[in-house]
Amino acid sequence: MSSLLEAKGLYGGYGGADILQGTNLRVETDEIVVIVGPNGAGKSTAMKAVFGLLRIREGEVLYRGEAITNAKPEQMVRRGIAYVPQEKNVFPSLTVRENLEMGAYLMKGDLSKRLDKVYTLFPKLAERRRQQAGLMSGGERQMVAMGRALMIDPQLLMLDEPTAGLSPLLIDETFERIKEINAQGIGVLMVEQNAKQALSIASRGYVLATGSNRHEDTGPNLLANPEVAEMFLGG
Amino acid sequence: MTDILQLLVYGLVLGSVLTMGAIGVSMIFGILRFAHFAHGDFMTLGAYLGLSFISAFGLSSWWALPAAMVGMAAVAVFIDQVLYRRIRRTQPVILLIASFGMALILRSLVQLIWGSDNQTYASGIQFPWRLDWLGGLRLKPDHLWIMLISLGLVASVHLFLTRTRLGKAMRAMSDNMDLALVSGIPAERVIMVTWVIGGALAAAAGVFLGIDTRLHPMMGWTTLLPVFAAAILGGIGRPYGAIAGGMIIGVSMEMSTLLIPAAYKPAVAFAIMVGMLILRPQGIFKGTV
Repeated sequence: MSSLLEAKGLYGGYGGADILQGTNLRVETDEIVVIVGPNGAGKSTAMKAVFGLLRIREGEVLYRGEAITNAKPEQMVRRGIAYVPQEKNVFPSLTVRENLEMGAYLMKGDLSKRLDKVYTLFPKLAERRRQQAGLMSGGERQMVAMGRALMIDPQLLMLDEPTAGLSPLLIDETFERIKEINAQGIGVLMVEQNAKQALSIASRGYVLATGSNRHEDTGPNLLANPEVAEMFLGG
Repeated sequence: MTDILQLLVYGLVLGSVLTMGAIGVSMIFGILRFAHFAHGDFMTLGAYLGLSFISAFGLSSWWALPAAMVGMAAVAVFIDQVLYRRIRRTQPVILLIASFGMALILRSLVQLIWGSDNQTYASGIQFPWRLDWLGGLRLKPDHLWIMLISLGLVASVHLFLTRTRLGKAMRAMSDNMDLALVSGIPAERVIMVTWVIGGALAAAAGVFLGIDTRLHPMMGWTTLLPVFAAAILGGIGRPYGAIAGGMIIGVSMEMSTLLIPAAYKPAVAFAIMVGMLILRPQGIFKGTV
């Protein structure tokens, strides 16, 4: 059986020199896969390339064995791939509920079941459904952003630094939610700065440096790898 | 006292006209990120389309409104498809200059087709009602209609923006274009609807102006400055701000005639705009600039 997502030998960037230098990624349905690496390693770029937000010059992206290289974001969403950008990931002047509705823009039919599912995962969003997202705290916004992505009932959820700027308490909670989401059978691919914590919940991890794979292993093994520890995890 | 009340009525009528234009300018800026300089001439063309419709069928003046709105909605979408769409991915300033060119084209076209003399929807003078319970305030039926219809159109836009999926998508795109794209919101569809609404409301502004005064090829162009002032005052990219901005500018312009000659009315709008840009450039409601 083919993998949920497989990216092979990606080269590409923002139009100038290639930032990705032969990046490989793979995600299985039941996995949480984490990409770590130093600043400028091309972690976010790799995510954007997979989701069709920038041009892949060479290499291919397969989703359940089907080529989706350079497909438009709209087609990604239709296939069940959801992406949460790192910054500016809510619609600030829309209410929480409207933000969630926008996530399901392409979905036909009644939204109440999808909304209920998101509200069950994030009860706080149900309480705040009429509040403007722009007026919420960073942690709450992150919930709105993830909730928006989950409205399509994705099979693959891509998160770009979901814990950036959050307090340690909220970081813990965010990772708990990600585990719950994954337990529902949703594959998760995420970029994380909090490498230690992220790798501890990860099925597998990739260490990227200068746009190519440096290490690939299970979460615990990467954590135990002295070279990785020295490079990115602060000893 | 009655004088002030009378000027307030004129101000609200002018404010209704400006609001119709400013909502469109604000929406177009919110979605497409450029100041649409042809908006004044959208008003003019709309007014003339209405004129041709009522004279062709021998109808009374108010029939110009629906005809103009439908006609201009179509024209706006057409212009977007043949001109603006092709340069959408370039810098906003290129779109701005292109819209300036479109303004000149439309104005010349109006002169070519309808001539450059003043025209009116209906000849004769409409007698105002005298409202004794309001200190003898005079109110023309047309003025009342302009205010009521504006209110209705504003309410419709509000319902569209808050109750419909497409309306919410429009606000979402104005908020955060990249996230809208990532969510799978079809940008081109939303842009098309933006032009439909912007064009129809501009036509309404033109017809209101034509009913209140007369039709002239320069009518929209000379109204563009106060329309921009209203959009900026309300916080550009915020349609609700445009309503507040339109009313404030309209009432200020009319009230100013108590103190200074009426010829300075546009200068009042300009002064408010400049003052606002210095003191609170984000507008009353925080704009998206």
